[in-house]
Amino acid sequence: MAELRNPWRRFLARPNSDRTKTVGIALIVAVVCGLCISTTSVLLRPLIAVNVEADRQGRMSAMLAGLPGIGAILAQAGADAVEAVIIDLDQGRIAEDLDPSGFDQAAVAADPSTSTALARAEDLAGIGRRENFAQAYVVRSEGERALVVLPVYGNGYQSTIRAYLALEADLATVAAFTVYEQGETPGLGARIAEPAWQAQWAGKSVSRDGEIVIEVVRGSSAGDETEVDGISGASVTGYAVTDMIHFWLGPNGFGPWLDRLRLEDQ
Amino acid sequence: MFEHLRTVTDPLVDKNPVTVHILGICSALAVTTSVATALTLSLALIVVLTLAAGIISLIRHHVPSAIRLIVQITIIASLVVVADQLLQAFAYEMSQRLSVFVSLIATNCIVLGRTEAFALQNRPVPSMLDALGNGAGYALVLLVVASIRELFGSGTLLARPVLPLVADGGWYEPMRLMLLAPSAFIILGLLVWAIRSLRPGQQEAREFAPLPQQRQVQP
Repeated sequence: MAELRNPWRRFLARPNSDRTKTVGIALIVAVVCGLCISTTSVLLRPLIAVNVEADRQGRMSAMLAGLPGIGAILAQAGADAVEAVIIDLDQGRIAEDLDPSGFDQAAVAADPSTSTALARAEDLAGIGRRENFAQAYVVRSEGERALVVLPVYGNGYQSTIRAYLALEADLATVAAFTVYEQGETPGLGARIAEPAWQAQWAGKSVSRDGEIVIEVVRGSSAGDETEVDGISGASVTGYAVTDMIHFWLGPNGFGPWLDRLRLEDQ
Repeated sequence: MFEHLRTVTDPLVDKNPVTVHILGICSALAVTTSVATALTLSLALIVVLTLAAGIISLIRHHVPSAIRLIVQITIIASLVVVADQLLQAFAYEMSQRLSVFVSLIATNCIVLGRTEAFALQNRPVPSMLDALGNGAGYALVLLVVASIRELFGSGTLLARPVLPLVADGGWYEPMRLMLLAPSAFIILGLLVWAIRSLRPGQQEAREFAPLPQQRQVQP
């Protein structure tokens, strides 16, 4: 019985009804399966990230191309018309020393030295910490600003909602609102990703007398230019979208930069 | 050899998991709006099922019967997660179209059914052949349903136009019903009826006989 000295063989030789063997097999199967999944996940993560990024870019180009007037500018000037800028959110100015091509906003947001903890009362978007530098896009036509695209995100009902808010040259009129990532309840909150719902944002005004007032209302907006129809059964998602836009257009978001742009215009 | 061939070909029609055992209907309804999605999901299922059957058959002597279902589901679910990740990495757009249904292969009754009923009792090679056959049987039904739905629902096959649409100046008005889930039920039902009419051996025995006509009793 020399081979039974080997603990592995002794383990396998136990009867299948044995408790030690049952627990042991369960453990081995769990560990091996866990290892397989983690390995694939780690190996494939960069590839998947590239795909997600390409998808995001595609949605942004599709959104821009679909806007009246902007599609023509893009067709004329090509992709060069879209200028990526990094905004220093505290200073409200473009951070010239940062290169937009290698900018990783997720890493900036995760690093405590380049992000700011938000007090509960300020944290409308429910994001906890806000990065000090954020990417934005400016579309120019013959040197003049035609469009400003702000990536916004915030906590929804059960997921992080990420979207692009495109403002026209007056920085008050919404040109488009496109949700590119969300995991809200299918059929209810997830309808914020539907083109039909997003289409009502075009032409709405985000502010009145310099104050951000745009709101996703419950029920029908009755044609008010600062209100967007909410989705029945998705009130919380609606509040979340309102709050995240208020946050990102407000003093802790892109507000200081937009104010500076308005001053420069005068 | 001939026997092995039978293991693969039997589940295509005679023991088809979908039309005979009526398994895996959920995904058969959901992903058959176009041939491309049906084909991708079928391939994913065949790969997962074959590998799961092989692995489970290899360790079949050492799976305690008290936890055999959990062990099988763990292995199947891990393979499904890996397949899903591979799809996301190499066919991102397709994985977005299939959304949750790749992950739901783990709950597809065909997979657990074959590993529990066959792979746990048989050697690896016949188990994998059986799995391959059942996967192919599932794929066959999916492709038939998907071809009909895509052809009449959008006038295309594999996204190539076949019937010229009215919208593009042709004569074919697409049937919107074909793009909705109920149409898959109807097509699947007709398919089961057609196969059972051609092969009466597949008809199930009545579970109960209808009551004999009661004679009217005069008071």
